[in-house]
Amino acid sequence: MSDKIRESFDKNPNKKAFIAFITAGDPDIESTEEFILKMADAGADIIEVGIPFSDPVAEGAVIQNANVRALKAGTTTDKVFEMVKRVREKSDVTLCFMTYANLVYHYGYDRFFAYCEELGISGVIIPDMPYEEKEEMESISLKYGVKYISMVAPTSEDRVKMIAKEAKGFIYVVSSMGVTGVRDNISTDLSPIISHIREVTDVPCAIGFGIKEPEQAKTMAGVSDGAIVGSAIVRIVEKYGKDAGQYIYDYVKSMKEAVLQA
Amino acid sequence: MNSKGRFGEFGGQYISETLMNELIKLEECYNEAKNDPSFQEELNFLLNEYAGRPSRLYYAAKMTEDLGGAKIYLKREDLNHTGSHKLNNCIGQALLAKRMGKTRLIAETGAGQHGVATATVAALLGMECEIFMGKEDTIRQALNVYRMELLGAKVNAVTTGTMTLKDAVNDAMKEWAGRVDDTHYCLGSVMGPHPFPTIVRDFQSVISKEARVQILEKEGKLPAAVIACVGGGSNAIGAFYNFINDKGVELIGCEAGGRGVDTPETAATIATGTMGIFHGMKSLFCQNEYGQIAPVYSISAGLDYPGIGPEHAYLNSIGRAQYVPITDDEAVEAFEYMSRTEGIIPAIESSHAIAYAMKIAKKYSKDQSIIINVSGRGDKDVAAIARYRGVDLHE
Repeated sequence: MSDKIRESFDKNPNKKAFIAFITAGDPDIESTEEFILKMADAGADIIEVGIPFSDPVAEGAVIQNANVRALKAGTTTDKVFEMVKRVREKSDVTLCFMTYANLVYHYGYDRFFAYCEELGISGVIIPDMPYEEKEEMESISLKYGVKYISMVAPTSEDRVKMIAKEAKGFIYVVSSMGVTGVRDNISTDLSPIISHIREVTDVPCAIGFGIKEPEQAKTMAGVSDGAIVGSAIVRIVEKYGKDAGQYIYDYVKSMKEAVLQA
Repeated sequence: MNSKGRFGEFGGQYISETLMNELIKLEECYNEAKNDPSFQEELNFLLNEYAGRPSRLYYAAKMTEDLGGAKIYLKREDLNHTGSHKLNNCIGQALLAKRMGKTRLIAETGAGQHGVATATVAALLGMECEIFMGKEDTIRQALNVYRMELLGAKVNAVTTGTMTLKDAVNDAMKEWAGRVDDTHYCLGSVMGPHPFPTIVRDFQSVISKEARVQILEKEGKLPAAVIACVGGGSNAIGAFYNFINDKGVELIGCEAGGRGVDTPETAATIATGTMGIFHGMKSLFCQNEYGQIAPVYSISAGLDYPGIGPEHAYLNSIGRAQYVPITDDEAVEAFEYMSRTEGIIPAIESSHAIAYAMKIAKKYSKDQSIIINVSGRGDKDVAAIARYRGVDLHE
């Protein structure tokens, strides 16, 4: 079976990927469809589509507010699936879902991942489902070829290797403590974590949380295999609303170029 | 394979990777402390000398006579220092936090009782303290906000979501994920990820440990029922725990029915909730068809929570405890009834338990007894009840 996530890294000359996040349904579901296509055109290697949740406890204010706007606009899990279906008519960009355990649990694991398979969703990122709890979801997602993306944090210490050994797709390395959101500088030295991961697996590692500037993306992709950006993109949506498309395109393009120089 | 901290299928550790090692360390520290006589000695010293334990089991003669059924006993957690059962857990967790080398406590609060208790222990033990409280609750319980500040805590008004207890938990969790080095999250109920439901239950189980001895002394036999209010469920599990193996003792949790379980303005999780994963645990939650957490409502800020602790969900699923909804109206009537009948002003939370006891007392014979856990005192609620009755009262 081909590994679409892996290919999204390997296709670039330096084998490093730029991963973009967007909250689905902010400001409305039609705009999200357009933004995803724009990000794909601008060179985003993987796009994480956030299914909005009422209580996104891993998110800082920017993405939390986007969740609120998306839910107010009537976004549901079904509407996100339907939107992705329309995206798939125009693009085969690598897609992952990022959401909270309760939404997937409530939809029904089998029903959720069967739909993911139909739409060619490559992976799922669930920040409130750690290693100890993943089996109930992963045992089902894998039946449908959807990878459960493992997260590693600055506090993971002795857990890094345990997590990395079972990781599939890519490893989401959380750059710093706390919640998502733009940070002026990322002080955690992530290279020890990356080298621990490398000892046990060749699954690519991408760093997320706090990245905004191309220079940061280049540095982070330099020590790993890629950079993940969410809040900075959502901020553009917050600022420009439905008209954010071109701004997102320009931003993603500049970030992708930076990652390619890493 | 199920993870740790399960009560049947409920519980678990559904939390970000960032906090996992911290939870593991907390569990290890707790397991050590539990078996360390010096920890137990310090805990008991503070519970007895500082909090004023054991709390009384009071025979409510007038209520008994008036209701005309079972003998009514009140477990007087309202007489605990700071006016509620919350301090039992806070003393325990603060000692654990110190043992782990932490210098700062954070906590969520609904009615403000847990915030006050946390701020109190922080003051006592010389720890920094920050409380997260929904903005809506800071208005409903303004006096408790000032009380916490008086005790040296910083109170953060949470302005996201419904601006109540659920949102306060969200923000406290976020704060903790950003700062674990020096900070312990002193969770106030038997909820959240393992090991919290177990730790908090153990610290609160002192209620039933005492009550069981007290009722046997007074009555020579076990009670017919133990009744307690349930939001997250800490006072209820504390009141139930040492009676769980006494199969003949009915355990009854009273949920906040709000304006009725057939309206959206309710917080009765067992009555209206469904299985879900939220706030670190698999349990029952009030939520919509997609799993979006519902904006719940109750007159009681302390019960205004869309979930319930996993051990309660379990006790409900196996039929060992039953859970009943009590409306705002019923709770307010019970609040007033106990005030004028026994001269005890109960917390509006506890009034939910009193209301149910009033309904069922007659069902039992005069040689049977019921224990109502009066989880807190109602001074904090007086202004809100006055407003509920249309009296324009300013604190």
